[in-house]
Amino acid sequence: MQHGKYRFIVGFLAVPLAIYAVFVISPFVQAIYYSFTDWTGLSSDFKVVGFDNYRKMFEDDIFWKSVGHNVLLLLVLPLVTLGLGLFFAFMLNVGGRRRKNAAVAGVRGSGLYKVVYFFPQVLSIAIVALLFQFAYNPNSGALNSFLKAIGLDSVQPDWLGDPQLALWCVMAVMVWSNVGFYVVLFSAGMSSIPRDFYEAALLDGANRVQTFFRITLPLLWDTVQTGWVYMGIMALDGFAVVQIMTVGPGGPDYSTEVLAYFLYTKAFRDGQAGYATTLGVALLIVTMIFAGVVMKLGRRERLEF
Amino acid sequence: MGSTGEFGRRDLIKRASALGLIAVPSMSVLSACASGGDSDDNKVDKGTKSEKNPLAVNDSAQLDVVIFDGGFGQQYAKDAEAEYKAAYPKATVKHAATQEIQTQLQPRFNGGTPPDLIDNSGAKQMDLGTLVGKKQLTDLNALLDAPSVDDPSKKVRDTLRPGVVEMGQFEGQETWVLYYAYTVYGVWYSKTNLEKLDAQYPETWDDMLALCEKAKKKGVAGWTYPGKYPYYLPFSLYPFIAKIGGREVLDRIDNLEPNAWKDPAVKAAFEAYYELFKKGYILRGTPGLTHIESQTAWNQGKVLFIPNGSWVENESKQTTPADFKMAVGAPSSLDAKRDKMPFGTLWAAGGEPFIVPKNAKNPQGGMELLRIMLGKKSSQNFIKQVSSLTSLNGGTDGLTLPPGLSASQEALAKAGQNVVNPRIGDWYTALQKEKIGVAALGEMMAGRMTPDETINKIQKFADDTRKDDSVKKYKHK
Repeated sequence: MQHGKYRFIVGFLAVPLAIYAVFVISPFVQAIYYSFTDWTGLSSDFKVVGFDNYRKMFEDDIFWKSVGHNVLLLLVLPLVTLGLGLFFAFMLNVGGRRRKNAAVAGVRGSGLYKVVYFFPQVLSIAIVALLFQFAYNPNSGALNSFLKAIGLDSVQPDWLGDPQLALWCVMAVMVWSNVGFYVVLFSAGMSSIPRDFYEAALLDGANRVQTFFRITLPLLWDTVQTGWVYMGIMALDGFAVVQIMTVGPGGPDYSTEVLAYFLYTKAFRDGQAGYATTLGVALLIVTMIFAGVVMKLGRRERLEF
Repeated sequence: MGSTGEFGRRDLIKRASALGLIAVPSMSVLSACASGGDSDDNKVDKGTKSEKNPLAVNDSAQLDVVIFDGGFGQQYAKDAEAEYKAAYPKATVKHAATQEIQTQLQPRFNGGTPPDLIDNSGAKQMDLGTLVGKKQLTDLNALLDAPSVDDPSKKVRDTLRPGVVEMGQFEGQETWVLYYAYTVYGVWYSKTNLEKLDAQYPETWDDMLALCEKAKKKGVAGWTYPGKYPYYLPFSLYPFIAKIGGREVLDRIDNLEPNAWKDPAVKAAFEAYYELFKKGYILRGTPGLTHIESQTAWNQGKVLFIPNGSWVENESKQTTPADFKMAVGAPSSLDAKRDKMPFGTLWAAGGEPFIVPKNAKNPQGGMELLRIMLGKKSSQNFIKQVSSLTSLNGGTDGLTLPPGLSASQEALAKAGQNVVNPRIGDWYTALQKEKIGVAALGEMMAGRMTPDETINKIQKFADDTRKDDSVKKYKHK
């Protein structure tokens, strides 16, 4: 029965593996090679300079600043986005009480809310970022106009023009545009949890908080973990929002500089493509570390149902 | 089959897909860069040299032009291309316009197939210092020594405004860049809005402060600038420094000399500008504005002054009221007696850098188009369309100029020999725009740093650039 098993597997895997090697692995290897050169990106001649780029990177204040911002994004974004996503999904699916004679249901109007939450997801991130750029405009933007309208004339922040606020403004937009996706994702996950569990819990007199932490969250753990990885990758990127919203290079005084954007300016403005690939390799390593940590921490007993 | 190892098949697939997810973003970033080969023998044959065709253009070859579609648009280039077609009916002209010069053209440079003529301008221009350093450009001296379109007895070189040729040179005698537009930088204002305050353009800094105070009482701010691109501030700040301390101060700054920024003239200029913030003369919210947003606020009369370049007249055309009477002023005198240069000292320089790549297929064609553009007909067309001067000296005779442009002309005439041209922005783009501009001047004008802290920070940035081997250095001759 085992006979020919490997030949069978190899036969199936050879073509996809070859494609993978050519289109995925080889650019990786090439990029790592470029990170040891002084390639400008503007001409095709370059020479190998050893670890010069890496040394430069470690001494580069802006690099460390952008790593710091990425780490902050990595800590805050998934926590807030997934937290909100879980909360909304729970309220939409299980949070309501005794409606239409069903024991377990969402709050009133949950169908509409789902559409509303998901709406930002159908907008391109470029549109979202541009939209918020106008909202953050200190003179005519929606935010300051609102503050003015409610009599807060003295509170008129510069939003994206203020290094203390700029990164938080960017984060708010990233949360806003992503939360809807997780509401839908978690809703789908929750709808596959058998109703009897909830009914049993209700009979036992559990309240919403207990139901959430004892039933919903454990049974949803796999989905949450996937969401965590996915959101983490968003946090490590953050390029589009930073590029569009904080148009000066990486915000005022580098306050929104992230690795991906820093890499972009080095490659496509300063003519230092070699150094930029070095930053790319750094980004790869940070991403790998993040994934490893999440996988390790996230491992849990599986609950079957 | 059906063996159970450490973990099940489902786990394996899950992990593999998670890894795949991670690989995707970092990969796309990494693989965005890839270099191609060099190609040398792709040039078209030269044509025959004649009186009509001094650059020996191949009259049937294709000409490939890429224009920066910014403040000046692209129509002027299309019109010049039509002239080219008229002169060489068998040639085809491929015209492209974009704001993303670098992202679109970098791969073509790398692959050895760049276009024949590029207007390398805008926020995403390619780094000229690197292009020159890597020998990617054609020496334009052939064009400069060719006879001009209007007067065959004159070389193109002799028809240009003073300083334009020198700006295109880096080291040695080759001219790598030809600046087509001629930009007047300074403090832009509306004569109408000043008249409403019974004021003239203030020639001294005390008058400037007094005028701002008067405006403030009427609810009008004194100054604004593009807070998200604070590197507009130098347009009036650098000539101000030169006026106070002499043009050598700027030369030392350009040459990245140690302690160049610690010059007393720099400190005096910074403190004067910082006072604008301290006294509340800066339009509220300015640090969060883009260049368009700040120009619009200025057009709406919410603010009197904005540091800018002469492209602003065309760029803000849509929001400028008909009776705005746009004008440009030179930096006010800080101390009329002790300033080293007289009132009127101005920053004026070539703008819109045109380049012909070394690997261009049809470099003669690229230069020929430039030669046509530098002729009187195309120049006047440019002036009329976008209300900016060209590098062709004169060229405005017989034209009725829009207010901003005639103000630029007057300012140039008043400046006479006292025109300064700081090069730090062409030589060290990152230092000028992002470090000095955004991380230092922007912070100071938003009131988050004192002038002393700003000077120390800039000096450190300049020192870092001087020590960075990967940045090619240039010096004033």
